[in-house]
Amino acid sequence: MAPAGQRQTGWWLLILPAFLLMTAFYVAPIAQVLAISFTEPQPGLGNYERLFTSESVQRVIGTTLRICTITTALALLLGYVLAYRIALAEARARRWWILVVLVPLWISVLVRAFAWVTLLRRQGLVNQALMESGLVAEPLQLVWNEFGIVVGMVHYMVPYAVLPMLASMREIDPRLLAAARGLGAPRQTVFARIFLPLSLPGLIAAGVLVFIFSLGFYITPAILGGGKTLMVAEWIGLQILDLIRWGLGTMMATVLVVTILATLAVFSRVVDLRRVFGSGA
Amino acid sequence: MEGAHRPGPFASASAWIVAIYLVLPISIVIPVSMTDQRFLSLPQETLSLRHYATVLGSAEWLGSIAQSFWIAVASTLIAVVAGTLCAIGCWRISRRSTDLIRALMLLPIIIPSIVYAIGLYRYFARLDLLDRFAGVAIAHGVTGIPYVVITVSTALAAFDPRLEQAARGMGASLLQTLRWVILPRIAPGIASGAIFAFIHSWDELVIVLFIASRDVFTLPRRIWDGINENLDPAMAAVAVLLVLFTLLLLLLDLALRRRRDAR
Repeated sequence: MAPAGQRQTGWWLLILPAFLLMTAFYVAPIAQVLAISFTEPQPGLGNYERLFTSESVQRVIGTTLRICTITTALALLLGYVLAYRIALAEARARRWWILVVLVPLWISVLVRAFAWVTLLRRQGLVNQALMESGLVAEPLQLVWNEFGIVVGMVHYMVPYAVLPMLASMREIDPRLLAAARGLGAPRQTVFARIFLPLSLPGLIAAGVLVFIFSLGFYITPAILGGGKTLMVAEWIGLQILDLIRWGLGTMMATVLVVTILATLAVFSRVVDLRRVFGSGA
Repeated sequence: MEGAHRPGPFASASAWIVAIYLVLPISIVIPVSMTDQRFLSLPQETLSLRHYATVLGSAEWLGSIAQSFWIAVASTLIAVVAGTLCAIGCWRISRRSTDLIRALMLLPIIIPSIVYAIGLYRYFARLDLLDRFAGVAIAHGVTGIPYVVITVSTALAAFDPRLEQAARGMGASLLQTLRWVILPRIAPGIASGAIFAFIHSWDELVIVLFIASRDVFTLPRRIWDGINENLDPAMAAVAVLLVLFTLLLLLLDLALRRRRDAR
């Protein structure tokens, strides 16, 4: 078996560069974050105590969970509508519909946040249109609050919701639906009794994915929240850059990572990240 | 297929509304970028390209564009080489341990960039890599690896392992097998991965906010400052140029995929 063993060594060597890069420049910095949360300002669990005692820490976590839950629910709803349409489309039309999902997915998050600011701010296009049509007398506060964050985040997350749902919907045998229709079931019944239950795994996978992506989101909440509504990621950045409170910032970062990994572990059987990106087109 | 179940009018109408919600806000930057006014607004009297002229005539914007481009090229190179070799190794060995390695390679997609960014801020300070081209290229390269591993693994899944065994059986060395048997077959997958790794670096902001400050000032960083400081139509012009560039890369990817599927 010596040659076989030698061959294996060769293949292992191929893995080595990525493994070393990842360990030295990814895992090490992250491990350091986890370590600092236990050692600064003094060794111990002092930073974690703040989870139970500090009102501002609890408020940030509360805000984040609330916004993420709303975002996930809306992104799932809108994503499902789109995925349903795509899954049942003819091959030619499907290609166009998929582009509708893929193009926003790959357009810079900054560009999208900028577009929303252009539309939603006080002198923005939406307020202008509303004022000119006489629907409102005063410009509405559409951005730099939770509403603006949710609008922008849902917009960002819908494509991530569509892809896993679409992957699971396309595994549904179309003959089942045709048969149910042929046997006289109305459209709603076909959907409620056949399509919806069969697409449930994709729905759950999409929900988990969107939720964990939302938890650590930085740019969109920072721009559309205008610094007034703080979510966890922006709060961490603030602790590190402006307040130089490394202990508190890294503690929150650790909590964030643990929450995400635990959520993924619980749902590991339904969420396949590779499928999300692999089936991208 | 005749008699296939097609979406009803309600489902179609709601899908259209969602599609409009996804696409329309992004396309609003196009008319805004061509406004004849000095502030963010729709064109009032004529269309004007002067905001494009402002951007393309500004040494600062052009400098940032060039810097972003070269960082993206360098980091794509890192991600593609490391990611492709790793995916091939994992695919060929295919044990529990390699499944774990593949999971490790996906971490940068799962763990929020903010956590990595603050870690790197401290880590790079010690290595004297803060505000350096090399530092940003390494950070973007490492976080770009997952995209390459995913696309190359997908390409490998469609590859018949007996081809590799046959080549080796006939005496080809590992490198020869790689060069002449495996790589040509998975080239489209590698290209897709390269495109995604490039876009990832090109658009990345959170890490850059923490590990770069003056000497390295990428395009996303300049846009970020622009959004926070002065919202002027030049920003819309930059946004349009960025969108066009991303669309171009995506079309390239779609063309590559179509060629691969046709084979």
